[in-house]
Formats: sequence, structure tokens, C-alpha cells
Amino acid sequence: MTAALRFRNLTLGYDRHPAVHHLDGAVETGALLAVVGPNGAGKSTLFKGIVGVIKPLAGRIERGDPNPQNIAYLPQAAEIDRTFPINVYDMVAMGLWRRAGSFGGIDRASRSLIEQAMAAVGLSGFEERAIATLSGGQMQRMLFARLLLQDARVIVLDEPFNAVDAKTSADLFDLVRRWHGERRTVLTAIHDMDFVRANFPETLLLAREPVAWGRTASVLTPGNLLVARRMCEAFDQRAELCPEEQAPALAPPGEVARAGNQPGP
Amino acid sequence: MLHEIFIAPFTEFEFMRRALAGALALSLGACPIGVFLMLRRMSLVGDAMAHAILPGAAVGFLLSGLNLFAMTAGGLIAGFVVALLTGLVARTTELKEDAALATFYLLSLAVGVTIISLKGTNIDLLHVLFGNVLALDDQTLVMIAANATLTLIVLALIYRPLVIECVDPGFMRTVSRAGGPAHLAFLVLVVLNLVSGFYALGTLLAVGIMMLPAAVGRFWARDTTLMIAIATASGAASGYAGLLISFHTGVASGPAIILVAGGLYLTSLLFGRVGGLVRQAFPGRHLEA
Repeated sequence: MTAALRFRNLTLGYDRHPAVHHLDGAVETGALLAVVGPNGAGKSTLFKGIVGVIKPLAGRIERGDPNPQNIAYLPQAAEIDRTFPINVYDMVAMGLWRRAGSFGGIDRASRSLIEQAMAAVGLSGFEERAIATLSGGQMQRMLFARLLLQDARVIVLDEPFNAVDAKTSADLFDLVRRWHGERRTVLTAIHDMDFVRANFPETLLLAREPVAWGRTASVLTPGNLLVARRMCEAFDQRAELCPEEQAPALAPPGEVARAGNQPGP
Repeated sequence: MLHEIFIAPFTEFEFMRRALAGALALSLGACPIGVFLMLRRMSLVGDAMAHAILPGAAVGFLLSGLNLFAMTAGGLIAGFVVALLTGLVARTTELKEDAALATFYLLSLAVGVTIISLKGTNIDLLHVLFGNVLALDDQTLVMIAANATLTLIVLALIYRPLVIECVDPGFMRTVSRAGGPAHLAFLVLVVLNLVSGFYALGTLLAVGIMMLPAAVGRFWARDTTLMIAIATASGAASGYAGLLISFHTGVASGPAIILVAGGLYLTSLLFGRVGGLVRQAFPGRHLEA
């Protein structure tokens, strides 16, 4: 198996303060990986690093496929101007950017792709609706339809099921399963531990430092979760320079890996 | 009788034909730009940029009198410099884009007025501030038409990235690098159209033919394309009606055009199909589903 993403001693953050500290490891192609951790653990920061919105403070991310268009990203709080006069159809059609670009036409094949994507998320009949009139759940469905059209090999979802009802999250997770079945690599930040245990084979537990990474059952242990919860959230404004040039060696992928702080007593 | 009121002024007087051609060309370029300014919540940016252009035109005026090319080049340069400095300061310091723009356009305006007061008379200053659509010469007319043509072509080229950049900048960043250049090209078009409007309507009112028709469009259309069409149509109608009113009553033509656009705007504000005040007050019975 080849890695879709490989993190090498990766540190990401803001103003030189790390939000993700010394992360090492690989996401195999076709993996369905849950990224869990308390608020402020660095999940969103990691995803922004993966899609290239922020640059690493140290270390690097190696992408199996260097084309940035092959990573699709659903941010936690999309910067969508919901008052903009655009309808659902056009919004979903943006997912075809790689096919159509700035000037390409939307031909019949593309149109049928758009219709299929809208049907797949249960939004058939919403084509002409202005995005301002959508509910939160419908909005999320629309964004998933756009993700479908992006047809990317790596899909990064930042808390995609927040603030949507059970029916919607079940429908949308069916799409995630479908992507997994197509051997796409899917990373999902998520807070619902029971949901992770039931649905995700692999989990990365993050609390600024990576706490554990491996099979979900071996990562989401009470001990690991306690460690994650203890790690402080706030930046230390007077933090010293990080002495570690290299991250401590990690256990091989697939097993529980631990870096940085050891669990407290 | 009707012919005499509505058509004869243009068939009989060449300066009226020129003014009409200028006003129509102006609305073809400026109104679509205005719609995007409004949708990007940059309505006042047009106003600030119009002020920023003044010193450039003033330097051109100082160097070579009322010379089209000198004043145009000066205006464009001043506009671009202010736009670039604003972007630079907003990106590198704590000052946000609006504050950065405000500081630079005020500086620019003060410099411009100083330059004009050193060299010219108050009459000149009035000419620059308020323009004169009834005195467009061939060169100016060609320049306005060329700017409108260029605007429409560039807008067609950057339309898709510009719309996506407006509605979902985060998405645009992840799929393409075209968002930034599209925004920059758009700012260039804003400056270009302000310089055009400058000759017909003056620095202060040039923004009027951009923003008022755009606001009219917002009250009648739910999608961007229709909004642009309605804005352009109302801009052109304002130009025509404003010139007629100016001709028959003797009021200044620039303000007359903007006042007609303002009248269209107030009417739309009241009776507009999309969120007009009357519509809001009497929405009708709600539907079943």
C-alpha cells in the first residue's frame, strides 16, 4: 500500500505557536481515518495544513498525489456568503471546477453528473432555490454534492456532522462509506466517540501532540482520552523555543503511537 | 409633440448625441462592475477609489492642462497605487482593508486638491469634481467606449472565478489560484470605469452610475446575471432620461443623470419584487408548503 499522505515531524500553528506539534505518520491510500480530540487539539489546523491553506512551521507533509486538486476539503465553518444571489444548482456545479475551470462549458455529461450528485444527497428539486433559503442540513447536503463532483482521491471533512440531524448525518455518512468503498482516502474530524467506534476503522487522537494513532479500538481507550483531555488548550504566550529538532521515534503505523507528553499519574 | 420631447434633442444637437453615447457606454461598463462591488460588500470602496483618483488626474492637469491622456494616465496610476498600498498594508499590518483604504484615499484626495489649488482656478476644480457629459470630445468618447469594451471582455474572462471568489472564497482557494488574480483584475476594472465616469460625471458622481443601478438590480433579481442586466438597463435609462431632463429644464446634466438613477432606486426600494418595503409590509398570505 502507498501512503496518500505522509507527515514528517510536522508542526503547524499560528504565530510560531504550535497547534499541531511533531506529528509523524502516514495515511494509507483508501484509509477511513477519524481525527478526534478536544476543541483546540489541532484537528482543523491539521486539515488546513493538508489542503495547503497554512504552511508548516516545521517538518513537512508529503502528498502521494502532488496535484492539489486531488484533495477535496469541507471546512468546519465554510466562508460562504449565504446572501449571495446564487442557486443550489450553480453552487453544486462549482464541484466541476477541475473539468470546467474558468471558461469550460457545462455540457450534457456534466449536467447529468450534477443531477446525479444532487439526487445522491437528496436535494433533487432544489436546483432553483437560492442558497439563502437553505436550512443548515440542506446546506451541508449541498456541500457534499459539490464534494461528490470534485471527484478527489483524498477527501478531508472537518466536523461534517455538526449541527445536522440524525437523518442527515446518516445520509451523508452513506456517501463517506461509498467513497471508502471506492478506495478514496477520507479523513474526518469528529467528536462523537460512539460513532467513531462504530464506523471508523482507524483513528488519530490529537491533543496538539499526537496522543495515539492506529486501530480505533486501541486508540480510544479511557487512558488515552484522559491524556488528551488534560492537555491545555491555550497558547503559552511566553513559551520557550521548542528544543526538539526531531520528534521522538514513533511506533510503526497501525499500532498505537505516542509522542510528546507522557500520560500523567 | 412626443418626438420633440424625447427624440428631437438628440437628432438636432450633436452634443446631445455625444452625451447619450457616452452615458450608454458608461453604463455598459460601470453597472456590471457596480453589481459586483455591491455583492462583495465593497459599495463604498468605489467611492473611496473615486477620491483616490483625483490627485493623479490633478498631476496630469498640472503637467499638461485639460489633456485627456495625461489626466487619464494620472488617474489610473493614482488609483492603482492606492489599491496596491491598501492591499499591502491590509496584508502586512493589523490595519484592516477598510481602514487602510480610508487612510490612503484621504491622503490622496488632500494631495489632489492641494495640487489643483496651486495651479488652477476654482472653475477648473469644479470641472474635475463634477465632469461635463455635454462637453465630451471625440477622444474622450472613444476612451469611454474602449474602457467599456475592455471591461465587458475582462469581466467575461474572470466571471466564474470572480463569482466563486465572492460566494465561497475558501472553496476557491482550495481548487485554484485564479481567485487572487481575478480580484485584482476586478479592482483594475473599478479604477478604469471610475476614470471613464470622471469625464462624464466628475469624480464624485462617477460612483453614482456604478452603485445606484446595482442597488436597483438587487431589488428585482435573485440571480447575478439578471441583476447585472437590470442594473445596466437602469443605468442606460438614467443616462437617457437625465440628459432629457437636463436639456429641457437646464439643470446640470451629471446630477440629473444620477438623480434619475436615484429615483429608480427609491422606487425599487419601495416596490421591488425582492425585499422591497411594500412587499415586506404586505407579503400576502403564506403558502401551504
